[in-house]
Amino acid sequence: MDTGARPPPSLNCEGGISTIALPQIETVGSTRPPKKGVSPWKLWGALLLAPYVVVFIVFVVYPVGYGLWLARHPESYRQLLDDPIFAGSVVNTLIFLGVAINLKMVAALLLSGFFVQARPWIKWLSVLFILPWAVPSIPTILSIRFMLNPEWGVVNQLIFKLTAEDGPNWLNDRWLALSMAMLVHIWKSLPFWTMIMIAGRLSIAKELYEAASVDGASAWQQFKFITWPSMQTLYLTSTILSMIWTLGDFNSVYLLTGGGPADLTHILATLGIRYLRLDQVDLAMATIVCAMPLVLPLVYFMMKRLSR
Amino acid sequence: MKRYLAEAKLWLIGIPVAIWTLLPIYNLFLYSISTKQDAFAGKLWPDHPTLRNFEIVFREQHHFLGHFWRQLGNSLLIAIAVGVLTLVVATTAAFAISRLKARGGRLVLNCALFTYFIPAAFLAVPMYKAMGAYGLLNNQWALILAMVTIASPYAIWVLKQASDKLPYELDEAARIDGASPLQLFRLVYLPLMAPSLVAVGIYALLLAWNEYLYAFLLLSRDEDVTLAVALGQFLSADDSPWELLMTTGLIYALPPAAIYYVFKRYMQSGLTAGAVKA
Repeated sequence: MDTGARPPPSLNCEGGISTIALPQIETVGSTRPPKKGVSPWKLWGALLLAPYVVVFIVFVVYPVGYGLWLARHPESYRQLLDDPIFAGSVVNTLIFLGVAINLKMVAALLLSGFFVQARPWIKWLSVLFILPWAVPSIPTILSIRFMLNPEWGVVNQLIFKLTAEDGPNWLNDRWLALSMAMLVHIWKSLPFWTMIMIAGRLSIAKELYEAASVDGASAWQQFKFITWPSMQTLYLTSTILSMIWTLGDFNSVYLLTGGGPADLTHILATLGIRYLRLDQVDLAMATIVCAMPLVLPLVYFMMKRLSR
Repeated sequence: MKRYLAEAKLWLIGIPVAIWTLLPIYNLFLYSISTKQDAFAGKLWPDHPTLRNFEIVFREQHHFLGHFWRQLGNSLLIAIAVGVLTLVVATTAAFAISRLKARGGRLVLNCALFTYFIPAAFLAVPMYKAMGAYGLLNNQWALILAMVTIASPYAIWVLKQASDKLPYELDEAARIDGASPLQLFRLVYLPLMAPSLVAVGIYALLLAWNEYLYAFLLLSRDEDVTLAVALGQFLSADDSPWELLMTTGLIYALPPAAIYYVFKRYMQSGLTAGAVKA
């Protein structure tokens, strides 16, 4: 590999240039003591890279290696498969990925169309809209948890006032509680993805839309033939990335339902931590290893995409 | 007529969006200015709005809040430490990879990207065991180092993208003038990268301030934990004072929101640009 410290060849060539360039080349040479092998540029490159390499080895390579070593017993996997909570968590995780993410991404795509409208009040609304993403999860998720309290939560009090009937016990039924966890997840991360989609929409040339409306294209046709073709790569990448992150979304489930009722709403991320809290580290690691067939293909896709 | 119809349609989308966004946050605010009686009455505005809850929190007058100031300080110190350390680790790495073309830079960048894509909740279990092996459990350094590990991959990626855009002629000019690599770093690179550095520093700081999972795994003593963990502890008791929990939660949520809005310009251009390269 070239250090780049060498002057460009054009400076060495014959004619007038060399007379200007030669003294400069010599100053470069004189500041660097003639050394065999490592130039200071290479040395500093290695030195400056070192802090992160150390962090990576000490806090990623070693923990992951240690974790995989703990997860080596086939016995853990047998135990895991015998645990009915595990099967439930896999189902919940798949539902979370299939339903919550698609709902969220479609909503983000549509809402971005709303937010690019040029109105002062929409500008203000977009500032407020970021809030769920900008504030920490705990206070807001706990706030939602209280809103859903069956006796004194705002939601059920409102239902009682409107219909004179008691509302459902939101967090005490598996599917209802899981749906609420998905809503919390959507509430929290929708602003971020909407922002990404807005950026995508703003990069489309305005002339395309102008030409289309001159030709009398309907709003749907404009979306189908202009917006979607230019956004589909972004949309796909965002969906994959969101899937990876959602697999690790611990807060939405743990802080809302705690995995309850009766450990029926766990997803793989919270199940791993549950085993860890119960001091069953082998099972915790086995759970995570079982999540890898879901994670790794997505990671591979993203790596291919980004590391070009 | 058609104009009004289009405008009405926008409002028809805008109002539900505003309600959906603000309801949980408004609920948080409502609890914090309500007395215990009002809090459970389900009103949209309390009969007797009060700042008494804030007074109780600030004076640590409840056994759940015995270490409020200490924990707030912990959150702040840890967040700042993570922000600074991430900046150091990520800036040097990005400079080495992007400008010095360090040997193995490509590999390191791929390792960083890989770490970035492994969900943090899955890394938590091995990280917990490793911190135990290093003897760092219940030490705030464990949380700081864990958060630096999680924050720096994305930071490196964003900084590398940004520094690739700087013209390479700058480096060449500096080299021809006899600059050393460190001079190039200090005098040319850092000033030009300032906006991205702000974005990355704030990103790491907010990530650490908001973190719950790692904080509650790695720390446990009441004097050591961050405010996030303290909030989670309210959940363990049946007779928790919800209105105080919500008050503390509001206080905890305000600084990151404020920081985000102050640095919004940097954050949006710096971070969303790197987040998804289409």
